[in-house]
Amino acid sequence: MKVVVCIKQIPDPATPYTLEEGTNWLVRPDEQILDDGDRYGVEVGLQIAEANEGTVTLVSMGPSGNGQGVRQALAMGADKAILIEDDALRGSDALTTARALAAAIKEEGFDLIIAGTESTDGYSGVVPQMMAELLGVPALTYATKVEAGEGSVTIHRQTNAGYDVVNAALPALVAVTAGVVEPRYPTFKGIMDAKKKPVDNLSVADLGIEVTSDQTVASIAEATARTAGQKIEDEGEAHLAIVALLEERKVI
Amino acid sequence: MTQISFDRPDPIDFLDIDSLLSEEEKLVRATVRDYVEKEIVPHIGDWWEEGILPQEQLAKEFGDIGLLGMHLEGYGCAGTSAMAYGLACLELEAGDSGIRSFVSVQGSLAMFPIWKFGSEEQKQIWLPRMATGEVIGCFGLTEADSGSDPSSMRTNAKRDGTDWIINGTKMWITNGSIADVAVIWAQTDGGIRGFLIPTDTPGFSAIDIKKKASLRASVTSELILDNVRVPDDFVLPGVSSMKGPLSCLNEARFGITFGAIGAARACYESALDYSIERHQFGKPIASFQLTQRKLVDMMVAVQRGTLIAVHLGRRKDDGTLTSEQVSFGKFDNVRNALEVARTARSILGANGITLEYPVIRHMANLETVYTYEGTNEIHTLVMGQAITGLNAFT
Repeated sequence: MKVVVCIKQIPDPATPYTLEEGTNWLVRPDEQILDDGDRYGVEVGLQIAEANEGTVTLVSMGPSGNGQGVRQALAMGADKAILIEDDALRGSDALTTARALAAAIKEEGFDLIIAGTESTDGYSGVVPQMMAELLGVPALTYATKVEAGEGSVTIHRQTNAGYDVVNAALPALVAVTAGVVEPRYPTFKGIMDAKKKPVDNLSVADLGIEVTSDQTVASIAEATARTAGQKIEDEGEAHLAIVALLEERKVI
Repeated sequence: MTQISFDRPDPIDFLDIDSLLSEEEKLVRATVRDYVEKEIVPHIGDWWEEGILPQEQLAKEFGDIGLLGMHLEGYGCAGTSAMAYGLACLELEAGDSGIRSFVSVQGSLAMFPIWKFGSEEQKQIWLPRMATGEVIGCFGLTEADSGSDPSSMRTNAKRDGTDWIINGTKMWITNGSIADVAVIWAQTDGGIRGFLIPTDTPGFSAIDIKKKASLRASVTSELILDNVRVPDDFVLPGVSSMKGPLSCLNEARFGITFGAIGAARACYESALDYSIERHQFGKPIASFQLTQRKLVDMMVAVQRGTLIAVHLGRRKDDGTLTSEQVSFGKFDNVRNALEVARTARSILGANGITLEYPVIRHMANLETVYTYEGTNEIHTLVMGQAITGLNAFT
């Protein structure tokens, strides 16, 4: 089974993000890490490939920098990576991103595409569904459990009440939630081997797509600071105050 | 014109020593740091207090990551650089010296002599299973009356036909009672030889040393060899002198040079956080000059020790590292780590004596690290001899 996992390199969330003057695009340093949310997708992809004698190809778009984030996913055990990098793609909106990724994935060929629900730097949360539409395959989203076998895939889709069981024939796309599985640590052998694994670099011209980004960032504003919580000193009656608060908020 | 940045530096990597590391080295470090934070730090205070170690689970997890014998080539080992091994030791010991000791003993003291001095058959039998953590090894050199002067050991092996009969006791043996194979060094007519002894061999027994107030999350044992009979192909063929055990110790001391800095960093981080949160006289105690002096002394000690370790790591990978330079690293980094731990303890005040914080645990552990693998005093004499040409050991 040929599994493609979409991943993204993002600036380390522990470092302050900076935005480019004028465009308000995120400045991407040379050193970026694997989006933590993508580790779940990589793990799901690896487990499915291992169970079905398959391979895992990583597909990523963005400035490759030193490629550390991609190698992190290769070190976990993926077989190869495809990196889409082109100055023309800077500031791409979600649809352009989906077009570029879909074009690369179509070229590579696939039985199953795994993506995270959303990146943790952009948070648009719509790229997986757009890719599925562009590739003409079903999109199974918000997956909290994924099982794939001969010709089909079944997921648990998270809902407010619990989960729906959703099944589709392959080829298909699955968008997984964080926490769907426990991602493995990269092994040292994996880290040593990651250097030797193939990484293909593709440009817009290689993909044969047109870049027509229609979206601009009009303005940005600071998030409102969270207000300080309310402290209840316990002089024997704190539980009553807490119960009153919870009742007021209709939690109990 | 030289540009000087006025951004606030990273308090944990003030000198940006990270810029000296390769991407691969940083990835190894990030993996171990992540593992230690998730799997060791939440439990280590309890393990230490109760004097226990979930060794089977840890051995398997260490094996899965590739920590065991990581810097050895082949036989299921990862084959990383020595620098990567050092950085892994640093992160493990930021968790606990006992955890790092477990990995040091398995990789540097048990697997290394087999890898370096063993026959092809011995390597095939033991190394792949030791790399996965399925088989645990220990290293028996020290005896109750033979510590800094190991060549005075009484344990001996005598020929009996084609077999060997080994008698003696070994003391302070990490992982002794949980080991499946013991690398035992013994006097023979042909010099000091290493024996690979399966611990279920008749006459071999191990008793744990209790009542330790240091390295409590680590198994320390006495090994008793009472007429232990082994065939000739259990002897390491490649060495018949003190060079054998000493080369293993050099490997382990290299790891300690990094590891001690991990313990020191954990203490410094804990004290830094505490000093900013803890208020007295209406402001954080970090705002007092006396506390800032302590914080800066600790930060400088940790950074200096890291630089020493990284320098020795580069030399080891280049093949230019000498054993005297390893003594320098072990000597200086461990004594400074102990000083940092004590200073951190003073910043944490009364809280510094509880296991709710990592400091007193590291401080107690480092007393062991100060003594084992060559005492501070012995490393002083090694370097003293190196710079004067005069032997002050005897």
